[in-house]
Amino acid sequence: MRDLTYEAVMGRKNEIMKKAVGIDYSKFEFGKIGFDYEKMMASVAYEMKEMQKIQKYTKVGNTPLFELHNINKLISENSEEGKGGRIFIKDEAANASGSFKARRAAISVYHAQKMGYKGVIAATSGNYGAAVASQAAQRGLKCIIVQEVFDSKRKGQPEIVEKARKCEAFGAEVIQLTVGPELFYTFLKLLEETEFFNASLYTPFGIAGVETLGYEIAEQMNEMEGRCPDYVVATHAGGGNLTGTARGLIKAGATGCKVYGASVDLKGLHMASDRDFNRKSFTTGHTGFGIPFATQPDRTDVPRNAARVLRYMDKYLTVTQGEVFYVTEMLAQLEGIERGPAGNVSLAAAISLAKKVEEGKIIVVQETEYTGAGKHPMPQLTFAKGNGINIYRGDIRENMPGKSIVLPEYFGQIEAVELDMNKMKERYIANVAKNFKYEELGEEDVKYLEEELRMDRTDIERNMNK
Amino acid sequence: MKKATKGTWVEIENIVLNVGERAPQVPEDTKKTPLVMWTKGLLVDEEAEIGEEVSVKTLSDRVAKGKMTAINPRFEHDFGKPVDVLIETGISLKKEMGGIR
Repeated sequence: MRDLTYEAVMGRKNEIMKKAVGIDYSKFEFGKIGFDYEKMMASVAYEMKEMQKIQKYTKVGNTPLFELHNINKLISENSEEGKGGRIFIKDEAANASGSFKARRAAISVYHAQKMGYKGVIAATSGNYGAAVASQAAQRGLKCIIVQEVFDSKRKGQPEIVEKARKCEAFGAEVIQLTVGPELFYTFLKLLEETEFFNASLYTPFGIAGVETLGYEIAEQMNEMEGRCPDYVVATHAGGGNLTGTARGLIKAGATGCKVYGASVDLKGLHMASDRDFNRKSFTTGHTGFGIPFATQPDRTDVPRNAARVLRYMDKYLTVTQGEVFYVTEMLAQLEGIERGPAGNVSLAAAISLAKKVEEGKIIVVQETEYTGAGKHPMPQLTFAKGNGINIYRGDIRENMPGKSIVLPEYFGQIEAVELDMNKMKERYIANVAKNFKYEELGEEDVKYLEEELRMDRTDIERNMNK
Repeated sequence: MKKATKGTWVEIENIVLNVGERAPQVPEDTKKTPLVMWTKGLLVDEEAEIGEEVSVKTLSDRVAKGKMTAINPRFEHDFGKPVDVLIETGISLKKEMGGIR
């Protein structure tokens, strides 16, 4: 009998993972902290053409890119003379399973099938669950999705409950848990029991799958406007969305395009707190994931996270919960498309950005997500009200995560807040400095940090010695 | 319905970690609660009542054991109530666009 206690299972983490993802990460590691990221991506993941073919086969990709004419008119009216960008939106809700996550799942599940795994497992409370379930259904693999969904009173986040329903609709087994990071323990036990593939969000497959999205944006924009976009805004949580999109843009030759990250500001709410769990209205795309995953990317269910945002993110913008609900309503009422709130985080940030850039600059919001019961501003705000959150229209700076949600009263109020990227880089370095002194790092480690942080070594050294 | 027969779609509950067994990094409020898990599947036992230990065959073809907590559980999430701030948002945005034409 295997020892199934918490300590014993966690102790077997590395061997379980090696079997469940089939990647020997140590092949790419060097020095004290470094690893060859590009070599890992090139040797483990798939080529662009091949990924496009894999995705097309399972109803993923080639999603429409729409210009938001009415919103752009308001941007123009609310900008100073000579300012006002044009926003286009990539309607990723058109993918099988209703979100861009289908791109990641398509490659992971294809790989699992090719390697002979009988099933796939993913630990996710987000759209990725339905994405894996939908892909597994098409490829005839079994599927288990493990979710964190309830607080200790068994009150579930409506958005996550809906995602559970969708997973079951595709024939997946859904395992639901109360709040806590020990979800990982359950996840490991299931991997051991079933010997399924860990369709982690953070393997090279999970990240490379999003490259087709960046690639398509560049191609479609060239076709529509004769040039690549000036800015792409991507919602940032675990980092895969932004990393994959940026890599795809580069592969398509859109090297001049700036890539901005956007997250909902959930400052002050603890992600593993039973009390805070249902006081938030966004279960992903928020700073509670965005900041830690940027500053400590390898905190995932695989040894090396293939999502490394600090290599690609040019600026990091935060928006309030109220602003995102406002633009979600706007997308429906002015543009005639109803989409889920979490997918509109980047739209809120893009509207703010568009008011400041030169007239005619092209900004692409690179995703939308499906909407439905639970996953919509109405049920989410009804839920928030039930949890004692104060909801009103007014000054958006009065938004207090866990206490109040304030929707703008007029378009001109939308204003993202830029987070200092240098502070995030400093935090990354502080995480490294917990284990090593600068002098202990070899030349290759320092080079690795320079690439990770796009920072020069004198600054790295100075920060490590702080 | 308190009783389920073989082949009925049911939900089972397991305590994964009791209070006192939670991981050290877990915040204090969460530590005061057990980590609970729910799984669904088709009842394997001939007959069972709510609260009894049962086995289910899950959609991934596993057999899982636990305390039966629901029979034919329904999804209860919905579209919520009308939300005044959303209604007002729609009206005000259409006004900014130059009114409803």
